[in-house]
Amino acid sequence: MLFDLLGVTPQALFSQLLLGLINGSFYAMLSLGLAIIFGLLNIINFTHGAQYMLGAFGSWMLLHYTGLNYWYALFLVPIAVGFTGVILERLLISRLYHLDHLYGLLLTFGLALIIQGLLRNEYGISGKPYAIPEQLRGGQNLGFMFLPNYRAWVIAVSIVVCFGTWYMIERTRLGAYLRAATENPTLVNAFGINVPLMITATYGFGVALAALAGVLAAPIYSVHPNMGADLIIVVFAVVVIGGMGSILGAILTGFGLGLVEGLTRVFYPEASAVVIFVIMAIVLLVKPAGLFGRTV
Amino acid sequence: MTETLPAAAETAPTGGAPLLQVRDLEAWYGESHVLHKLSFDVGQGEVVTLLGRNGAGKSTTLKAIMGIIGKRRGSVVYAGRETIAMPSRQIARLGIGYVPEERGIFATLNVEENLMLPPRVQPGGLTVEQVFELFPNLRERLGSSAGSKLSGGEQQMLSIGRILRTGAKTLLLDEPTEGLAPVIVQQIGATIERLKRDGFTIVLVEQNFRFASRVADRHFIVEQGRVVDMIPNAEMDASIDKIHAYLGV
Ligand SMILES: Nc1ncnc2c1ncn2[C@@H]1O[C@H](COP(=O)(O)OP(=O)(O)OP(=O)(O)O)[C@@H](O)[C@H]1O
Ligand SMILES: [Mg+2]
Repeated sequence: MLFDLLGVTPQALFSQLLLGLINGSFYAMLSLGLAIIFGLLNIINFTHGAQYMLGAFGSWMLLHYTGLNYWYALFLVPIAVGFTGVILERLLISRLYHLDHLYGLLLTFGLALIIQGLLRNEYGISGKPYAIPEQLRGGQNLGFMFLPNYRAWVIAVSIVVCFGTWYMIERTRLGAYLRAATENPTLVNAFGINVPLMITATYGFGVALAALAGVLAAPIYSVHPNMGADLIIVVFAVVVIGGMGSILGAILTGFGLGLVEGLTRVFYPEASAVVIFVIMAIVLLVKPAGLFGRTV
Repeated sequence: MTETLPAAAETAPTGGAPLLQVRDLEAWYGESHVLHKLSFDVGQGEVVTLLGRNGAGKSTTLKAIMGIIGKRRGSVVYAGRETIAMPSRQIARLGIGYVPEERGIFATLNVEENLMLPPRVQPGGLTVEQVFELFPNLRERLGSSAGSKLSGGEQQMLSIGRILRTGAKTLLLDEPTEGLAPVIVQQIGATIERLKRDGFTIVLVEQNFRFASRVADRHFIVEQGRVVDMIPNAEMDASIDKIHAYLGV
């Protein structure tokens, strides 16, 4: 049979694909936020990983200090972290728009180090446990594999959020404003639309997406101050592969590369940690603008 | 100084004072100083043109009025209000519509989204149906995909049409006939005449002064960032040699 030929069991294949899809869910949500922010603000948001971590850490803090559970965290934490993004943009990032990309990169990178450092100082580097919410424990036996409920939930939320965001940007009037301002902010301003406000809101939204990914991650990965720093490097590779400005590109590349990583873990485990970077190198050679990027 | 009440300024003619008054306008692109104390004014319902050689500063003048240039100084009074310190979006909200030289059609928006993009700034804008009556070609292209797939003429019509929807009663048009086929130039000329009859106030940048003399009341000659002459349209024929000299044709 096919699986004998390939020398793997269906269980191994499907469980790695599932793991890939989970990772892909996080890649997609994080690279989507980066793509939206980069599109309008022209800033590579290096704070993104720290903001994802704040999402996970925020959930833990909410539970630890106030007793509010996962379901509260799911709404409150992205709003709160998104709000800190709004303040950050107004106070600091907005001063850099007239300067080179590099300044925005340095600022957001520095901010990430500060946020991570502060939390490390206060809470140390050991992982904080965060339990899977009661309603999502257990799993389904699909015959060919066992599907844990919480993992299915993460994948479903990610798909709904990603494609909901895509729909909002590509198919609604608000999204048309956003696309137009991404293309020519000066002219959109000259039509009487408040572009600076849109920019602030967009940054806040991108940050809230990162925080939501963090909340979803809290019960799966261990919650510690460096969890975002580890992940974000891979996410930047995903963004480069997908193409910096493309919304759909960010989503599809995120899920796709998660799956590719999973497959690599089945067939050639030694390469699974680097496969995304190898793909990035190839894409940069063949199509420098990225798979879905527009060459401008 | 007489002050015009904002409410009155929006509806009624500003009793004697010009609707748009540009005084000693200066503008810079970075370090490069492009407008040097440029002055002119436009009455309510008037159509004026800015004529001048390439690089004289005509487009920059429109951008400076609109507030979309790095640095500007001097005075731009519209309907009794000083706008020199206002952000661009606030100037637009006073009822000034801008049609840029490069037309500014958004490639990532489809034709309908491009048309519906500028928000209403004042009551009395054209309905989509009225825009289509003015530019029937647009109706056929409405279902088509990207705005950038339109022909040059269609892009120009879309660029003007979307501004007419907003209710802006003062229009800044930057070379609306540039690079277009004669039949399209005719159509745009007829549109501007019609807008003038409907009471729009228009500042038109034109290279083609034959076209300009067909629609305008007065012509301002721009040279090296200054207005150096004003020619009423009635004197256009008599001044033709002078104009040739100014424009270097
Ligand atoms: N974005 C810019 N950055 C720097 N300099 C500019 C910029 N745009 C225009 N200039 C310069 O400013 C001057 C005036 O340009 P402007 O576009 O206003 O001329 P114009 O009268 O509209 O000419 P044309 O008939 O070619 O459209 C020119 O010397 C031009 O080179
Ligand atoms: Mg010009």
